[in-house]
Amino acid sequence: MHSLSQRRKVYDRTLRGLLYLCAGITCAVLIFFIGYIFYQGLGSLSWELLSSQTSYISDTIGILPNILNTLYIIFLTMLIVLPLGVGAAIYLTEYASNQKVVSTIAFAAETLSGIPSILFGLVGMLFFQQLFGLKAGILAGGLTLVIMILPIIIRTTQESLNTVPQSYREGALALGAGKWRVVRTVVLPNALDGIVTGCILAVGRIVGESAALLFTAGFGLELNSFLTSLQSSSATLTVALYVYANERGESGVAFAIAAVLMLLVFLINFSASLVGKKLKRKAG
Amino acid sequence: MTAEIITTKALHLWYGAESKNGAVVGGQHALKGIDIGIPARQITALIGPSGCGKSTFLKTLNRMNDLVPGVHIEGNICFDGQDIFDKTIDITWLRKQVGMVFQKANPFPMSIYDNVAYGPRTHGIRSRSELDGIVERALRDAAIWDEVKDRLKKSALGLSGGQQQRLCIARALDNEPEVLLMDEATSALDPISTAKIEDLAVALKEKYTVVMVTHNMQQAARVSDKTAFFLLGELVEFGDTDQLFNMPQDKRTEEYITGRFG
Repeated sequence: MHSLSQRRKVYDRTLRGLLYLCAGITCAVLIFFIGYIFYQGLGSLSWELLSSQTSYISDTIGILPNILNTLYIIFLTMLIVLPLGVGAAIYLTEYASNQKVVSTIAFAAETLSGIPSILFGLVGMLFFQQLFGLKAGILAGGLTLVIMILPIIIRTTQESLNTVPQSYREGALALGAGKWRVVRTVVLPNALDGIVTGCILAVGRIVGESAALLFTAGFGLELNSFLTSLQSSSATLTVALYVYANERGESGVAFAIAAVLMLLVFLINFSASLVGKKLKRKAG
Repeated sequence: MTAEIITTKALHLWYGAESKNGAVVGGQHALKGIDIGIPARQITALIGPSGCGKSTFLKTLNRMNDLVPGVHIEGNICFDGQDIFDKTIDITWLRKQVGMVFQKANPFPMSIYDNVAYGPRTHGIRSRSELDGIVERALRDAAIWDEVKDRLKKSALGLSGGQQQRLCIARALDNEPEVLLMDEATSALDPISTAKIEDLAVALKEKYTVVMVTHNMQQAARVSDKTAFFLLGELVEFGDTDQLFNMPQDKRTEEYITGRFG
């Protein structure tokens, strides 16, 4: 009896140790990764870098245009994709009665989200630029991203619509509410935090996207207003990172951009979860 | 003899059926030729074993069965002299006239006030003072006003199960319906809450017609004026509650109410 329980204890401790090790390695990799980027990047990070544009005359590098381009493309993409995706999801879960159509669209969205992003870039270039004659810029890039992000928004919205209890819909319908009123007053408010989560995912994807934008948004490093940037070559942060690291050998600047990207992602996630919590408190 | 507010004639309902050349094929025949006249300003109880069609029948009265895919209905239902399956009937009007309380209390995750004001707002009432009046009247009618009057702005989800169910009754009442359908409205509640809702139902028949589905035969006997016994989609017997429980005309009714099956 004594020896069995001793063995058990050893077994238990070993397993526990292994699990701690797994968790520890995971955290260590993350911390090393973040630490390394900031260690490498913070040295080259300066106010001048953040607040100016690259100039050949004074031979200085600035990434303000790229920060702005990233924000522009987030704004444009979300502006188009949010109503489109949420609308499609509402149609699919609340209105569509033909299950064949619904599952076909779900399958298409699923497949679309598995396609490598460089293909979106290729198709975006051929479609928006060659067929519709757009120039490489935020508009062509944003439209390409819309196609890429759409499945994410549709799927997360559908999932959160499906979590709204059927009894809410029945209750509202039994009070004589029409379909749209049920959706607007009962279903959507209760699905809002899921939709916000979808937006966080989408913005994260936009910030991190480079392959799809290489062809469609271009490499331009000039400072542009939003409207000008729509039709002129505009590198986002990730594309700029590629340019500085690969073509100019400025690895310090590349790491500084990486640090900015990480901060941006932190900031977006943090504020989005804050908004999500606030919405939830209001609804609950 | 009181007037009948709802009458059904040869009402048949199938789930998951297909209709081919006018004939119904396959599916489950859930209601088989129901003829019934529900008297106004009385309580009618629908009893019967699970799956006998009583809830289906109830949900047909305000056309909530329309939401079920593949449902097929024949025969007709007259409410206040109007055929409710008529193409010209406004379904939101029908559901305003024929309110419903569900088995599980389903308050919306909003404030108590907004829950109760949902119906009137749906039907276009915007004035704050008018809404205040309607909400208070409905909550008083549902015998819950004293318990919630100090917390109207608080979430309805913080109420107890019994309070939530009375809130749902209030929510149905403030549409000022003619008929209130209760689908096993007390089956998830404790005895005290159940007693409150039974008392409430009795009080409500002053102004409203109540049709309740119940699994609890004592409840039907205690509360209702008329009782209908359903079995396998058929209406076996319908009559005054006293008579049905004391001198059932049909052998199957007798067997059911004496607990020999079901």
